Amino acid sequence: MTTVEKQLRASPRNYRYFLSVSLIVAFLFVWSLWVVNLKDMNQSGFKMALNILKGIVHPDLDLLLSVSKQSVLYLLLETVAIAFLGTIVGAVLSIPLAFLAASNIVPKPVAWLTRLLLILIRTIPALVYGLMFIRVSGMGAFAGVLTVALTSIGMLAKLYVDAIEELDTRVLESMTSIGCTTFEKIRYGIFPQLLSIFMSVTIYRFDMNMREASILGLVGAGGIGAPLIFAMNSYKWNQVGSLLIGLVVLILIIELISNKLRAKLIKG
Amino acid sequence: MYDKIFPPKKMLLPNGKIVYEKRSRTPLVLLVLIVATILSANFTNFSFKVLFTQIGQFFVLIGDMIPPKWSYMSTLWSALFATLQMSLLGSMIGAVLALPLAVLASSNIIRNRVVTAVFKVILSLLRTLPTLVTALIATFVFGLGPTAGVVAILLFTLSYVGKLLYEQIENVDMGSFEAMESTGMTRIQAFRYAVFPQVLPGYLSNSLFCFEGNVRYAAILGFVGAGGVGLLINENLGWRDYPRVGMIILALVVTVYLIETISEHFRKKLI
Repeated sequence: MTTVEKQLRASPRNYRYFLSVSLIVAFLFVWSLWVVNLKDMNQSGFKMALNILKGIVHPDLDLLLSVSKQSVLYLLLETVAIAFLGTIVGAVLSIPLAFLAASNIVPKPVAWLTRLLLILIRTIPALVYGLMFIRVSGMGAFAGVLTVALTSIGMLAKLYVDAIEELDTRVLESMTSIGCTTFEKIRYGIFPQLLSIFMSVTIYRFDMNMREASILGLVGAGGIGAPLIFAMNSYKWNQVGSLLIGLVVLILIIELISNKLRAKLIKG
Repeated sequence: MYDKIFPPKKMLLPNGKIVYEKRSRTPLVLLVLIVATILSANFTNFSFKVLFTQIGQFFVLIGDMIPPKWSYMSTLWSALFATLQMSLLGSMIGAVLALPLAVLASSNIIRNRVVTAVFKVILSLLRTLPTLVTALIATFVFGLGPTAGVVAILLFTLSYVGKLLYEQIENVDMGSFEAMESTGMTRIQAFRYAVFPQVLPGYLSNSLFCFEGNVRYAAILGFVGAGGVGLLINENLGWRDYPRVGMIILALVVTVYLIETISEHFRKKLI
């Protein structure tokens, strides 16, 4: 037996663990297969798919290029406004929550409770918030802003906490040793460490919020979602096409910008 | 451009050298942010007055949800399981399909620039479509019910895992791949033994993470008729039966928390 073969044989093999995990995965797969029901899919389904494709290829150019209140451009602008303002409000509210959830700043029980609250906020689907906020502010974009803000808090605060817990305390210690005041320590010791991470996370969330804001219209909270679902339910596929094209282009552009900005922020 | 309008500050060092300090961009960024915020606030009719006078309504609603109606749990199980099944099936098929697509999109494995570009564009286009919109389209093709939800989740998982996977493959150390090719293996064999083991843990971990998120998405797909718990949420919110909504949300929170804990355990093991 050569050394190579010996090494090969010596590598740890946990077949049993591997086998049991694969068995569980296979079982879950088969169990999930029950949910699929292809009975409803018939000839009309294919025809529908063709119609949708045709609509997307031949979009309603009037809707796409005009500048009235029903046009795609106006709706997209509204969607961006909802996402932007929601992100700003969410980011501002997340900062105190994040400090309250950081276990190196506040006592353990407080941090734990705040984290529980954050998990709760994160799990409730955005559409449920949307329906709840409509009771607060009535139908329209305002409800969308509040919804986006609240759903952003869940994720932003969690990522902010990670950044706060990784603060380099040696910087602060050395600042104390040369006699800095508390304000100076915050301004020159903590602020620079957190700012770029916070900004990068917030920009990423804005990117996500674009998608979120575009579906909120489904429950009447403004943005491009409502016209989209109306067009779909009345089978106006060419309108659907123009709305979808506008949405996809906008999201791609924002993603591109956000990636550029974040790369710049991380490199410094 | 910015430096021309606001010239850099000149500083004379003690040794006679002149250095330039560029002016800070912070005021410009702040100005843009503030203007954008004000514009958006006007656009969306944001008003603090409405917020402060009406926000009580929100907490009244939450108050209505507590205590949840426990007896509703017995009818909830099937919808909850359907949600889980939808996200499981969609994630599994999507993650498996992502593998060939990601390979076809990575420029260090496929030499043809056109092929990689086409598959990259497909993946990013799929990713931009919000899951709910895909689900809505899927209900027209596959009929109302969980099948449409599975398709929507499948497509999202495909694009998400696919994108992360091709980025990983492109960052892989190609030395062993070349060594194996030089010993006479085909490209496919070399990929299997040199690249695949390097990306496998990351791939599995991303798939698990995507599955976690998919459970949340699956919970709202019912709003457009794609099955699962969302249908019940929508119905009960419509009937203003808030204790039942509270029960559904509680069940969801517990489920999502359990799944997150399990998946986090496995992801830590993988990396």
